[in-house]
Amino acid sequence: MTTATCPECDADVVIPADAMENELISCAECGAELEIISLNPVELDLAPEVEEDWGE
Amino acid sequence: MITVGIVGGSGYTGGELLRLLLFHPHVEVTQITSRSEAGHFVHTVHPNLRGVTQLQFIHPDALQPCDVLFLALPHGTASKVIDHYAALAPTIIDLSADFRLNDPEAYRRWYGETHPAPEWLDRFVYGLPERTRDQLRGAHYASGVGCNATSINLALGPLVQAGWLDQAAIEIKVGSSEGGNQPNAGSHHPVRSGAVRTYSPTGHRHMAEVEMMLGADVPIHFAVTAIEMVRGVHLLAHCMLTERHEEKEVWKLYRAAYNEEPFVRLVRSKTGLHRFPEPRIVAGTNYCDIGFEMDESGDHLVVIAALDNLGKGAAGSAVQCMNLMLNFDECAGLRFPGIYP
Repeated sequence: MTTATCPECDADVVIPADAMENELISCAECGAELEIISLNPVELDLAPEVEEDWGE
Repeated sequence: MITVGIVGGSGYTGGELLRLLLFHPHVEVTQITSRSEAGHFVHTVHPNLRGVTQLQFIHPDALQPCDVLFLALPHGTASKVIDHYAALAPTIIDLSADFRLNDPEAYRRWYGETHPAPEWLDRFVYGLPERTRDQLRGAHYASGVGCNATSINLALGPLVQAGWLDQAAIEIKVGSSEGGNQPNAGSHHPVRSGAVRTYSPTGHRHMAEVEMMLGADVPIHFAVTAIEMVRGVHLLAHCMLTERHEEKEVWKLYRAAYNEEPFVRLVRSKTGLHRFPEPRIVAGTNYCDIGFEMDESGDHLVVIAALDNLGKGAAGSAVQCMNLMLNFDECAGLRFPGIYP
């Protein structure tokens, strides 16, 4: 089982066996949406959040 | 199976104890007392238990020996008759404030009277398993916990133990069931409904339990406000830290404290509707949820916690204590989530 560290909360995040680069996964502890930047070595980053425009 | 009696079973805490114990795998509740309800089926007072048990309340004078007694009496009552109950059962868990403090002087200061049985105080273990687990194992006497105190002790304990906390100002919001089942002018529906009523801005008695568990070295202040809620305690603490930390370090600290705790959950989610602890989510359970967010400054941490005042704040903790005292699985009878929505 491959794991990586959540960049948000430092939890161990399990990387699915069939994961692909640029895939989005979630941290089970803090719920952060994470992007798999690379698989070898495994590297995660916070996924870009949708920017909302409230008309301001 | 062990035989259990509940003394003072017509109150909310007594009812919650009965609800939990009726489904405990190692317990048979054989008697439940109430002066005012003696002779009545318990479901006439606790309607959620209709069809679950045919128990009837008995008068306290009719109480027979049993293995464990839970005392769910008004504060100041159990301590006056503790010798009587100790003669009836080898194991006692008292949910009132009578035996929470181990120092008679602290009791006098916070409760305004001399303790009637000071020789009993050091026989009771304070019933907060997350902090007194080792003392509870095999103990014969345990006290219950104050619900507000429990929210503070669990929410701030890791910070105090690590020496991170410089001072904390806490607002605690509570539901109406904290006031018990005896009505008064303040609980009258036209007065209580919709209330946002701060009733203890300073000097709440539960501070005594906080000082006993966390020490009195770090200034911790808390106010209690009653809101439109039946069950629940919601704590929000502004914690000023002794030095700057990243939020990741807070995660690490709280994980180290609570990852092995069966009834403390860390709730600080980046997604979803419920990103921080909420009392509604833990209603009816023995869970205490704890979350936090670090201010940009790095030395101002907001900690949020939620528990059920009748659950983790009273009956749930008491059952967890019994499990430890009798070497049962610590989670027996308590391993269930709340309802949602």
